[in-house]
Amino acid sequence: MLLSNLGYYSLVLGLILSIFLIFYSINEIKYKLFNLKISLLSILFLQFFTVLLSFFCLIFLFVYSDFSNQIVYNNSHSSDPLFYKITGTWGNHEGSLLLWLLVLTLFIFLFNLTSKGQPKRYKLLTIIFQQIIISGFFLFLLITSNPFNYLSPIPIEGLGLNPILQDPALAIHPPILYLGYVGSSIIFSSSLAALIEKNINRDWTVHIKKWILYSWIFLTAGIMLGSIWAYYELGWGGFWFWDPVENVSLMPWFCLTALFHTIIVLEKRLILKSWALVLAIATFTLSMNGTFLVRSGILNSVHTFANDPERGIFILIFLFILIFLSIIIFFVFQEDENSINKNIFWLSKETSILVNNWFMMYFLAVVLIGTIYPIFLEVINDHKISIGPPFFHKLIIPFLIPFLIFMAFGPKLKWINDDLKKNKIKNIFILLICLLISFLIIYIKGKSYLILTILFTASFYLFFVTLIDFLNKKYNLGQKIAHFAFSIFVLSILFNSIYSTEFSANMKIGDEIKFNNGIIKFEKIETFKEKNFNSLVGSFSITDKNNNIFSLEPEIRIYDQPKIVTSEADIKTTFFSDKFLVINLIKDDDYFNVRYQIKAFMIWIWISVSLLIVGGILSLRKK
Amino acid sequence: MKKNIIYLLVFFIFAFIFFIFLNGLNESKKYIPKQVKKRFVVEFSSKDLLSNKKIFSKDYISNDKFTVINIWSSWCVPCRSEHKYLMSINQLYNVNLIGINYKDKEDNAKKFLKEFGNPFNIIFIDKNGILSIELGAYGVPETLIVNQKNEVIKKFIGPLNKRNLNEIKKIIN
Amino acid sequence: MKIRIIFLILISFFIFENLIAKTENELVNKISKNLRCIICQGQSVYDSNSEFALSIKLIIKKKINEGKSEKEIYSFFKDQYGEWILYDPELNEMTFVLWGLPIILFVFGGFLIFRKIFRN
Repeated sequence: MLLSNLGYYSLVLGLILSIFLIFYSINEIKYKLFNLKISLLSILFLQFFTVLLSFFCLIFLFVYSDFSNQIVYNNSHSSDPLFYKITGTWGNHEGSLLLWLLVLTLFIFLFNLTSKGQPKRYKLLTIIFQQIIISGFFLFLLITSNPFNYLSPIPIEGLGLNPILQDPALAIHPPILYLGYVGSSIIFSSSLAALIEKNINRDWTVHIKKWILYSWIFLTAGIMLGSIWAYYELGWGGFWFWDPVENVSLMPWFCLTALFHTIIVLEKRLILKSWALVLAIATFTLSMNGTFLVRSGILNSVHTFANDPERGIFILIFLFILIFLSIIIFFVFQEDENSINKNIFWLSKETSILVNNWFMMYFLAVVLIGTIYPIFLEVINDHKISIGPPFFHKLIIPFLIPFLIFMAFGPKLKWINDDLKKNKIKNIFILLICLLISFLIIYIKGKSYLILTILFTASFYLFFVTLIDFLNKKYNLGQKIAHFAFSIFVLSILFNSIYSTEFSANMKIGDEIKFNNGIIKFEKIETFKEKNFNSLVGSFSITDKNNNIFSLEPEIRIYDQPKIVTSEADIKTTFFSDKFLVINLIKDDDYFNVRYQIKAFMIWIWISVSLLIVGGILSLRKK
Repeated sequence: MKKNIIYLLVFFIFAFIFFIFLNGLNESKKYIPKQVKKRFVVEFSSKDLLSNKKIFSKDYISNDKFTVINIWSSWCVPCRSEHKYLMSINQLYNVNLIGINYKDKEDNAKKFLKEFGNPFNIIFIDKNGILSIELGAYGVPETLIVNQKNEVIKKFIGPLNKRNLNEIKKIIN
Repeated sequence: MKIRIIFLILISFFIFENLIAKTENELVNKISKNLRCIICQGQSVYDSNSEFALSIKLIIKKKINEGKSEKEIYSFFKDQYGEWILYDPELNEMTFVLWGLPIILFVFGGFLIFRKIFRN
């Protein structure tokens, strides 16, 4: 009770501070009606502190299982392990919004701390925009999603955290992802401020590039964690399902990737200013749009939060206020670039980065349209369709081919202008080798897809070119690693898709099934009682085609609170393949549905994305 | 001037998206299938639950009576609540009530009928759910009304209630 | 002449592509990945273990054994359950925009870049 009150009023104080900061900054910039000698930094810290306090209150409520609090009651159970009591704090709509708010206030504080050298008016304007966003979230939290609602009478026991959320990867996935999303809000506010102040110069790009990279790193890591979680927890061995919730995190990623490529051009040549601003605005708008799509329940998805139309309307209106605000600011303050000496030669690094942007925007368009088109069709035509993986694959995969090629030679081009002749023979030679390798791979596999062969060729080309580049000290290491990582990423997905095999059958204890020149034997099943669930652990011994024997122990967990059955896959990972086994209960009591998959080069997908992140981190270092 | 037009265009596009989203929020998220085409019952055959003989649908869907096809199972809890309505449909003359026993154990199904009564003229066993899918069903329980021309004219997804029963009576009379 | 030969090879590649026989199981998996489990939340038939999905998988197998083509199987399910069940939206008047808009945007983007570079 006390903690709930403390948490709630702390939030109210935070909101008041937010409004104060807006007026204070407006006064400082324009009217100078009163002259307050206060430290902005300390107020921003105070605001961060109020949210932090409130966040800690909520964590304590969860840790002590105080079921007088509504969301503790809905998302926790006294028998949950301590770790999941804590992570349960953000495993629900209200708590995750509070976390979002926490990161928002932390970031604006850090922004001010780290941008001492920037012009004062620019900083104040950034604070205004950021505080508009922050106060929107405060209002959203307090009006529609108060995390500190009481329940009376106080229930004796809670409903428990959804078991599929009881997982370490998913526990840290939201905070990491939010760091990325919220980082984009700083980019948004700062871009608008710089636009108004006509402050888009080299200093500003250097200063904002850091924020772009940080957001990009966290966003990438967040998406990867979510994907890893889906891979082993959702139990069907895929890592990307083109589910709306996943798409929603991918959209700002495309935008952000395009943005930090553009910002390099901006830094070097001070061109493409407006375009960089559009990207900065779009990145944050898409993050918000994602929040809207996920939280309002407007989409059909595996992971839907509570559907509450009131919440949906609030975010929708808030989102569009921000969009229209930025359009208006853009309209009023945007200036045409004077194009003296700002031409772009067709063969130059600038062009190659534009091409990168072009493809990124295309991928973004595919994902965005594929995600929201069903909503449009349903509203306009009352016709319901599904858009799933085949749509995205058909529209994205063919375009990857030119994209990969551009990615290989783009970074080698010089600024301003370059010519094609050098290294011509070398490149054609590499390309031919790649074609040969790809053809052999596809041929040996007995498949014959033209597109697949060319796609392989393109990714091998990128792979070899970036590999050779490591010998050359001239280019930026972070970029090299990132592009190299991307080639491994595409290659591992390709290998994964053509070399993976699987089988699924209903088996009972003692059954043996031949598969892939090996044998799978269902040895036994054992029952264990854990703290908050009962577990059935199956033992399978698997003999592969080289007569290696190993065992896999997939698990079925039957949770009491709430009553949910989950399947925990057992995965044996090697550098060449993942052996993935999952069992499920079926209606026939003696039998289990067994699904065994050999997923080729699975680990390389994660390794390559991690490498991509390393590339991002190294780029931070470079001046 | 050109700039203004572009901004106006952008503005209208976003306004359009806004209204679509706003309306989308109010749409119900439940998927209710629409009957687009005329649907006819395909012929099917299976074993009879009680006699264990091979039976054919064409012998039971007649062209002088309405046919009510009910998909049920002994393990399905809502099926129990609709059972009394099925019993009263059975009382109507001019109706043939066909049961499809969905993914059930035969012993359990028989026990279920013994306990609650058997409203069905005949029961097709649907051991693996194939029959039901071919009838376009989503799960259990589900009820289809078929007219004399072998055409599905009404479909109830989920357990029948009093209102559904009256509706069925109205259709049949 | 050379171009014509390359062209012919390319075409034969494409034709060959469709002739590759898949095992029954692979085909069942492929088809069931492209069908939505309409009683589940955002899962494909392949991913789901619900009774509904299990039956659908059996039907797919049955239809394949009856010699039905992939297309016929999709259209069977579409007739039964509506377009909502298909993950791969058909190209028709409802989805022209869906399939066309990304491509149009791509071309438009290319045009903008072209104009930016070759303005003078």
